[in-house]
Amino acid sequence: MTVRSSLVVEEASGLVTVQDRGRPGLAHLGVPRAGALDPPAAALANRLVGNDEGAALLEVTMGSLALRATGALWLAVTGARCRVTVDGRAAAHAEAVWVPRDGVVRIGPPETEVRGYLAASGGIDVEPVLGSRSTDTLAWVGPARVVTGTELPVGPPRGSPASYDAPRPPRPGPLRVDPGPRADWFAEDALERLCATTYTVTPESNRVGLRLDGPAIERVREGELASEGMVLGAVQVPPDGRPVVFLADHPTTGGYPVLAVVRADDLWRCAQLRPGDSVGFSHG
Amino acid sequence: MGRRAVLVEVDGAEQALSLATWARGARVPAGEIVSAAASVLFDDVSDVDGVERLLGSWSPGTELPPGGLVEIPVVYDGADLTDVAERWGTDADGVVSRHGGIEFVSAFCGFAPGFAYLAGLPDDLAVPRLDTPRTKVPAGAVGLAGTWCAAYPSESPGGWRLIGHTDATLWEPQRDQPALLAPGTRVRFRPA
Repeated sequence: MTVRSSLVVEEASGLVTVQDRGRPGLAHLGVPRAGALDPPAAALANRLVGNDEGAALLEVTMGSLALRATGALWLAVTGARCRVTVDGRAAAHAEAVWVPRDGVVRIGPPETEVRGYLAASGGIDVEPVLGSRSTDTLAWVGPARVVTGTELPVGPPRGSPASYDAPRPPRPGPLRVDPGPRADWFAEDALERLCATTYTVTPESNRVGLRLDGPAIERVREGELASEGMVLGAVQVPPDGRPVVFLADHPTTGGYPVLAVVRADDLWRCAQLRPGDSVGFSHG
Repeated sequence: MGRRAVLVEVDGAEQALSLATWARGARVPAGEIVSAAASVLFDDVSDVDGVERLLGSWSPGTELPPGGLVEIPVVYDGADLTDVAERWGTDADGVVSRHGGIEFVSAFCGFAPGFAYLAGLPDDLAVPRLDTPRTKVPAGAVGLAGTWCAAYPSESPGGWRLIGHTDATLWEPQRDQPALLAPGTRVRFRPA
């Protein structure tokens, strides 16, 4: 008989959720896709501990975490930079770290960026819901939020830890966008204005959307659009004119016009912008 | 719409449902096919030109294969029942018989998992949304907004005018068909 390990949460602050690649394909039932908000960081953490890139792991948003491993395992922390310790001794960020049985791992609050990822060899093995172990925070589909006292089962290890792997390359500069479907709801130069403006990330930003403050984008049409399907990365403009970039937990349909769509490759950056950070857009 | 999606505008929810149903049958290669009030979104598309070509072979007006019929038992005790009765120029019993006499079709889901927009209310029975949405509408509440009818699968804020409530399990992720009223389902309400 194999003894299954688990991770027991001794302390958790901020928003801690289990995430994998999400549950795409259910938008027509009103189910958001969810999934790790910074997919390259999540994939790296999984590769480092020898998991499939899509294995379930923990996403820690502006918080800290202490976990006790009931069995020895490999573990890796990626994404937002933070202090990592195992039984009080400093351990590397973005490297596979060995945790002995009953070892306690602590990860501190992020020093830069927003979201950290913690992968364990074997993956977090909670019961999948609709084919995924991701927690959607819009409708709370999927495993419950991880809090102090949560016990997370860990699956059997599948591969060997990687001795070295490259983190995602940083990509400074504006978020690249393509035109959205509802340009006719805005002044003719709205996309140019969007791309010429420096916005500030607001504290209301979350897994649903990156909410921005800046000069309002003016609409030339009144009223509400007939509810239509929304894509990941949609730059939706509500009546107050402040754009919202839709992230993984976005509602599947919406009634506000979409001016632009952020390219998939740039979406992870939206996951790591802090309230108060500046951000711009570019197209073409 | 972006590099990986196609948004097709059509004439109303019925045609949107018809196109989405056709596209699923024709195996149009898209990760998500999301019908809505007057459009269908094809998302997670790797070959946008190919999908657009395929969609060219759909013609509006294609008959919908009838979906399964679901009966929803309703206790007509909603907070806005008398308000709706007044708007319809009738009394509570009049709302029950009119609402119960309509065969609705689930046109699309959105807003929340399993929240189905049910089409079928005639234009002259349309009711406006509440000016100020309620911060809390209980799961199972049955409401009207415009010509739509819906039953809330889970507790949420909401601006629909509530006429009653149902004990039906509208959303159950562990079920084979998690949404009771998936798009295409025909729906009748009857007094519980």
